[in-house]
Amino acid sequence: MRTILFWIFSGVAVVSALLCITRRSPVASALWLVTTLFHLAALYVLLDAHFIAAVQVLVYAGAIMVLFLFVIMLLNLGRTGPGDMKGAWGRVVAGVAGFVLLGELLAFRLAAPPGRLRLPAGAVEHAAEEQGAVTAIARPLFEAYLVPFEITSVMLLAAIVGAVVLAKRKL
Amino acid sequence: MLLGPALAVSAILFSLGVVGVLLRRNAIIIFMCVELMLNAVNLTFVALSQQLGLDGQVFVFFVMTVAAAEAAVGLAIIIALYRHRDTLNLQHINLLRG
Repeated sequence: MRTILFWIFSGVAVVSALLCITRRSPVASALWLVTTLFHLAALYVLLDAHFIAAVQVLVYAGAIMVLFLFVIMLLNLGRTGPGDMKGAWGRVVAGVAGFVLLGELLAFRLAAPPGRLRLPAGAVEHAAEEQGAVTAIARPLFEAYLVPFEITSVMLLAAIVGAVVLAKRKL
Repeated sequence: MLLGPALAVSAILFSLGVVGVLLRRNAIIIFMCVELMLNAVNLTFVALSQQLGLDGQVFVFFVMTVAAAEAAVGLAIIIALYRHRDTLNLQHINLLRG
């Protein structure tokens, strides 16, 4: 059951990603990207990452894509002008580069992680069942990764200030 | 275990993102393709965290934070660019072309 659902969701995600990079209108592209992100959230649920799935829907499919659509609306890019695809030569280069990269990545997949790094089967699900899905992530986040977490807040502040300075007409 | 299939899907999504960046000339669509690549990497992290421990999901959390900051700054740059050049077509934004 889980495997069938996995293939359905991943099939829809890949097809909508393909539509996202081929649609002419930026609005259509953005909406297909939202579809891809939602289906990725479903894949996270199937991979036992429930908290990450919720954050994916809230932050990616919600906040970030609203920001994209808002900018498209602000710049009035919705109408379909002449296509912005590259010419025949550019398409050939993009296709060949894509297939070469895909082959390389699928070859990397054969290199399994070394056995001594691998946890015993079911350890992650067991931790999530024992402590709850959120606590299981919060514990490493606020213990081992506390300093990166705090630095993240400084980075977000810098991003806010930078975005305001860049987008402002006159300072 | 869904580890192998998840890594394959992630590889396909990442390659589609790269193809999109190489194929399009609209700056905002190229930016969306970059987001697609970030998401493919997140899928890899989540898939491997099933076997290698929950630290992978913490990393996904950080990647999402960086992506949110990057989207805010990048879209501000795009707005400034559109204001100066009245276009988002990267063919016409070629000050750095050799």
